[in-house]
Amino acid sequence: MKTNKNIFAKLFSREYRSRLISFLIIIVGYVAIELLMATGNLSSMFQSLLVPVTCYIVAALGLNLNVGVSGELNLGQAGFMCIGAFSGVCVSGALAGIIPNGIIRLLIAIVIGALLASLFGILIGVPVLKLQGDYLAIVTLAFGEIIKSLINNVYVGFDSNGFQFSFVENKLKLTPGGKALISGPMGATGTQRIATFTVGVILILAALAIIYNLIYSRSGRAIQACRDNRIAAESVGIHVANTKMLAFVVSAALAGAAGALYGLNYTTLIPSKFGFNLSILILVYVVLGGLGNMTGTIISTIVLVLLPELLRGLQDYRMIIYSVILILTMILSNNEKVKTFAAGLRKKLTGNRTKEAAADE
Amino acid sequence: MKFEKLVKGGLAAVMALSMAACSGSGSSADTSTPAANDGAATDAAAPAETTAAAGAFKLGLSGPLTGGASVYGQAVKNAAEIAVEEINAKGGVQFELTMEDDEHDAEKAVNAYNALKDWGMQISLLTVTSAPGAAVAQMYQDDSTFALTPSGSSLAVIYQDATNAANPYGNVFQMCFTDPNQGVASADYLSANPQLGSKVGIIYKNDDQYSIGIHDKFIAEAAEKGLEVVSDEAFMGEDNDFNVQITKAKDAGADILFLPIYYQPASTILKQANDMGYKPTVFGVDGMDGILSMEGFDTSLAEGVYLLTPFSADASDDLTKNFVAKYQEKFGETPNQFAADAYDCVYAIAQALEAAGCTSDMSNADLKDALVQQFTSMTFNGLTGTDVNWNTNGEVSKAPKAVVIENGVYVGAEG
Repeated sequence: MKTNKNIFAKLFSREYRSRLISFLIIIVGYVAIELLMATGNLSSMFQSLLVPVTCYIVAALGLNLNVGVSGELNLGQAGFMCIGAFSGVCVSGALAGIIPNGIIRLLIAIVIGALLASLFGILIGVPVLKLQGDYLAIVTLAFGEIIKSLINNVYVGFDSNGFQFSFVENKLKLTPGGKALISGPMGATGTQRIATFTVGVILILAALAIIYNLIYSRSGRAIQACRDNRIAAESVGIHVANTKMLAFVVSAALAGAAGALYGLNYTTLIPSKFGFNLSILILVYVVLGGLGNMTGTIISTIVLVLLPELLRGLQDYRMIIYSVILILTMILSNNEKVKTFAAGLRKKLTGNRTKEAAADE
Repeated sequence: MKFEKLVKGGLAAVMALSMAACSGSGSSADTSTPAANDGAATDAAAPAETTAAAGAFKLGLSGPLTGGASVYGQAVKNAAEIAVEEINAKGGVQFELTMEDDEHDAEKAVNAYNALKDWGMQISLLTVTSAPGAAVAQMYQDDSTFALTPSGSSLAVIYQDATNAANPYGNVFQMCFTDPNQGVASADYLSANPQLGSKVGIIYKNDDQYSIGIHDKFIAEAAEKGLEVVSDEAFMGEDNDFNVQITKAKDAGADILFLPIYYQPASTILKQANDMGYKPTVFGVDGMDGILSMEGFDTSLAEGVYLLTPFSADASDDLTKNFVAKYQEKFGETPNQFAADAYDCVYAIAQALEAAGCTSDMSNADLKDALVQQFTSMTFNGLTGTDVNWNTNGEVSKAPKAVVIENGVYVGAEG
């Protein structure tokens, strides 16, 4: 009995509480949405938003690990998503004949997308993370653009002889029955849509588990130490470059996984989708949700992805209202007065409840 | 102490529940959206209360109303509104029109499609641009809804397998030429009009699907028709120095310069060729449309340029005159070919509905079957062509119209 109580106490302790909240939000949200879908109460528009929301959440969680926890600005999250998306589409297209089951193919595509993205993460991270300063921001910014232009000029096909590549000009000679997977600026067309909301939710839960386990591990403390004081961290024997690399690569891998899920949710995918704007958009989700705050990231991503769709009724004024709301939230969420007010409100609420609870006892 | 923590944990659950309520409220929020759209649609469709009659067909489409490509979306929206207004005023088939914004983005187009579906769309003009159209075409097929796109010209809009132009969706039709067909039409026109020249030089953009598509088909068709292509040069991205390409064409003795590109780079090419004293007959496709309204461009350089466009606002037939006058009166600008295509789309659908005797209480699938049947058998006369007809793949067949720029306006070219 006593041990039970201890576990309970531990679960709800300050350290675990924030983790529990993020998991609970996802699980309760998932159950609620599944119930709504089963009873036919969810409009098709909302159903079409489910998968992209999960993709953006995973990419934003990854970015928050890099920007919030490790303190390195990354402006190329969309580039990593791009790698994940197009490799995922290729893998799924190539395996279509061998593995008819969509879910298994989706999972393989996600894993390969994550691996490829982390490979690129390592390639970039090795030289850049040894430097001090904002180099990572500049290099990832360039990286995102390079990947975009690269895929704009790549032609990939798959036929009975395996993969075929060609660059700049479409020189693919596919045997009958072969399929062009990526055709340059036209991107990937005719992709089989195998992404599902359930897999997206599982991916979010996995991302949360990975991130929390990393943050609260020895390596995670080291990552935060490097962020807070590089010299002090070095003085106690932490290898700063390697430590930052860990956060950066995990972040890239999550973006790759999110990209693969995203790519397999649409029949067409063009590389220009993954431009600088998308990287900034994901950064906005992270900043609005709070640096290092995973629960906040989840909530802000959901709100900001849904907002423009909920505002469709406003017709022409939609994007104006959206930007105004975005600016207001950014200002208000950092306003001292609003913060004090919210803190006071919270204190009042929890204070009262504790008293009631104490009285009950 | 433990209780306090329990309570705090409870708060976590409350928050989570409120999130669930949030997602729940989604469904209530969207029931209000269609209502709001209804109002807007009636406002847009006609100033009078004549629209939204009981028997009106719900006609939906998405296009870029915000962002870089919004010029195209806005033109289509304006023209479709004019067409719906005219058709509703006539009595007979009635339409209710709703256009959603897709920001020229595949993801948003899917959202827009689903918003239209929630509104109860029965017939669609698909999308204004190609990439979003390709993203939603599959959904239209899955849901058995008929779609006729005014300007989504890529093959991926009507074919599941765009690389081989195979597996057509069957329920998605185009009002504009597909990109490759413009190449074929250009080569045909040039071979039928040998007085323009006999040696062709080409400059195209090889990182743009539109340009590549036209270029490849042009080369193939030119070989078949015996047109001599003496120079074939490419450029990429935002290049703005074309001296190398122009010199090569000039040295090869090309007397026709074929430019399957958009008007911005074409304007630079015209300027640089002029500076070199090289005066071939320049031949463009529909991307050239817009060159006369380009800011900072000396339109005298465009004199004598031929272009293949389905619509010229200066045509003298009554239909065009009436449309251009109405458009100018209502929106204060001259309509472009996107507008003309959209106007034709609405009229073509109205004609097909009338011929098939459809009523608005029919299911989407029944409407689709009736419309596909009509579209593959009927001929249509509109702004962008006469004797227009469609094959079962959804590709349009109409005589390409060539215009030549004379004294700063489009004039129908002979032949």
